[in-house]
Amino acid sequence: MCLAIPVRVVELLVGDAALVDVGGVRKQISLALVEDIAVGDYVILHVGYALQKLDAEEAEKTLALFAEMGADAINAGEHPSA
Amino acid sequence: MKYIDEFRDGGVASGLAGAISRLADPARGYNIMEFCGGHTHAIARYGIADLLPPNIRLVHGPGCPVCVLPIGRIDSAIGLALDLQRGAVAQRPSVILATYADCLRVPAAAGLSLQKAKARGADVRMIYSSSDALKLAQENPQRQVVFFAIGFETTTPPTAVAILEAQRLGLSNFSVFCNHVLTPPAIAAILDAPAASGAVQLDGFIGPAHVSTVIGSRPYEPFADRYRKPVVIAGFEPLDVMQAILMLVRQLNQGRAEVENEFTRAVTREGNLKAQALVAEVFELRERFEWRGLGVLPHSALRIKPSYAAFDAERRFGIAYKSVPDHKACECGAILRGVKRPQECKVFGSVCTPENPIGSCMVSAEGACAAHYTYGRFKDLAA
Amino acid sequence: MSTTRTGYIRPLDFKHGRVDMSHGSGGRAMAQLIEELFLAAFDNAWLAAQNDSACLALPAGRMVMATDSHVVSPLFFPGGDIGCLSVHGTVNDVAMAGARPLYLSASFILEEGFPLQELKRIVDSMAGAARAAGVPIVTGDTKVVERGKGDGVFITTTGIGVVPEGVNISGDRARPGDRILVSGMLGDHGVAVMAQRENLGFATSIQSDTAALHGLVAAMIEVAPDIHVLRDPTRGGLATTLNEIARQSGAGMMIEEAKLPVREEVAAACELLGLDPLYVANEGKLVCICAAEDADRLLQVMRAHPLGGHAALIGSVHADPHHFVQMKTGFGGTRIVDWLTGEQLPRIC
Repeated sequence: MCLAIPVRVVELLVGDAALVDVGGVRKQISLALVEDIAVGDYVILHVGYALQKLDAEEAEKTLALFAEMGADAINAGEHPSA
Repeated sequence: MKYIDEFRDGGVASGLAGAISRLADPARGYNIMEFCGGHTHAIARYGIADLLPPNIRLVHGPGCPVCVLPIGRIDSAIGLALDLQRGAVAQRPSVILATYADCLRVPAAAGLSLQKAKARGADVRMIYSSSDALKLAQENPQRQVVFFAIGFETTTPPTAVAILEAQRLGLSNFSVFCNHVLTPPAIAAILDAPAASGAVQLDGFIGPAHVSTVIGSRPYEPFADRYRKPVVIAGFEPLDVMQAILMLVRQLNQGRAEVENEFTRAVTREGNLKAQALVAEVFELRERFEWRGLGVLPHSALRIKPSYAAFDAERRFGIAYKSVPDHKACECGAILRGVKRPQECKVFGSVCTPENPIGSCMVSAEGACAAHYTYGRFKDLAA
Repeated sequence: MSTTRTGYIRPLDFKHGRVDMSHGSGGRAMAQLIEELFLAAFDNAWLAAQNDSACLALPAGRMVMATDSHVVSPLFFPGGDIGCLSVHGTVNDVAMAGARPLYLSASFILEEGFPLQELKRIVDSMAGAARAAGVPIVTGDTKVVERGKGDGVFITTTGIGVVPEGVNISGDRARPGDRILVSGMLGDHGVAVMAQRENLGFATSIQSDTAALHGLVAAMIEVAPDIHVLRDPTRGGLATTLNEIARQSGAGMMIEEAKLPVREEVAAACELLGLDPLYVANEGKLVCICAAEDADRLLQVMRAHPLGGHAALIGSVHADPHHFVQMKTGFGGTRIVDWLTGEQLPRIC
């Protein structure tokens, strides 16, 4: 719902703090709401806090699903007027 | 940007649009409510409606916490920032009101908003995170810092963390004006509302993205079970939204009413238990709370527990709530419930514009009216 | 008997000194500030004459005048400061008329207590920018306001220049069929400034793009003297500039999102803050609207210039009674790019 963005954890800092990166921009955030985060993990960031770890495997599955749906449509000869 | 760009791919969008077209039964209509303000914004910004067949209608719901905040609550925040600023009450230090940017321009009573109050001398500070409010309190020990906390379940855990941290630090000048609200009661209110004449019958819901990372997919199951409406939780990006629409169309065609999760990369059935526990530690349910547009709903909002009373601004400053009715011509209520479209409000685009908003649907970038005005109104004129 | 040297005046303490009310009062302190700071930095014959005005020889042609006030906060940001910004801003406004900028004036409103060290840094930066642009600062003014009544320093610059014959650049000249070009990456300045502001606390390597564009404009006019519109998309960003021109010209526009040049970091910073790069300020870019047949030539000359390396063709003008600026999104749909409402603020939702 609210503005949240997937970011990559680049450094774990003192306490619950962590340094994250998105597109080359770095920001310090709090990991107080999540557990077991390692450098290299992706988390969903909202108002300065990580809300959840992003499941990379599920992300790939979802993207594959999109592509499959699209391919089915193309194979069936359906092209929307975009 | 990883996990963002791939989910905005235009080529894949064409494919999905084709799949939706093929699946949608031309003999019926599909009325889908997207509940989350972020989805409203994404749909408008990417022009998703352009890619859907005409018999799929997207109805905007009340998932924008700024839009549903009643005028009376903003008045209370403005009152806090102004009165004490004038030192009207002896021995109380003046207030710094810390707020998210989204609230600054919401119109309240007497033509005021937090931004206008700031112009009159109130110390209103825009912050990005609840931790910024804590910092303000630490840096200004002689002032009272009040954090104007709004938001659905996504934004509540950060407030909980701030309160717990304030307690740990022993801060005596930090308090929270709590306006956190809950998603399932709002969905229930939509579904429970008696059918208004001319209103669309909703077939299904696109469930909010980030609220669901916190609460999980389980809380939506009663809507599928009891009301027989399918719910598909969708991620934040436009491809997620399209995929969710596809899944809803498929469910409706097959006569199913289940909770499905498109946003599997961040949402599980149980949600974020750690965040839920932190919220349960600090907050409890209010018996009733007024929502702009939806009226008074039971057990739909949170207040700070007595054990954390020291950080409750309502207690500290004796804030009494006064219900303030919307402007007579304002149709925000009907629009928030999905009963009317922005174009159907008499003041839309003329008296009520993003520059001079009458109601909250026009203030927040995700309000249905603001989104339509900013991104879509050219289609009304062309029609 | 006094042991002090005759005629000795203690020089300004640029390390620890601060502006005080006497610096604006018109007396000795003010004269000293002007001489030791402004005259020393800007260093030209007009200022050395120490009059309240400058007498200027102007080449033949139509004169262009532009003025700009600068209230940027913070005063120093990655890639620049209020000083060079104030020089570039006015030089660019004059250049956007197709004119060759010739002279600048600079007036300062200083806040009591403002550190002289910072003021010197700003003034030296202005001097450097003016020299690099080849446009001298020939006259100016200084005032001091009480502590709390200013934001450190406000600077207003005014510039004049001359337009060559055959050049008629104006916001009302966009015509259906015209092409819309931008000279490079969008949003750098706004993001650089925002990155500096405390609350938003993120680190990037983005620098403000503040630059004087008159050299680029001169090169463009040489290959296409009949450019229709030039404007630099400063406050409110590209979206605001295009809407202004659309309204002035009574036409509509269609741009393509996929063609907009934006750095990945700028896009990421905007995502983080919930901002749209289309509305973020630029200080070293220009928008050019030209006849279709001039577009290729102009792009070529822009790309060959150091300030136009990422120049791009982003859209075109068409007839539209509503004067909408529309955009084909990268996603396939179409939306309008509306006027900015209020100030663009970071959002949580």
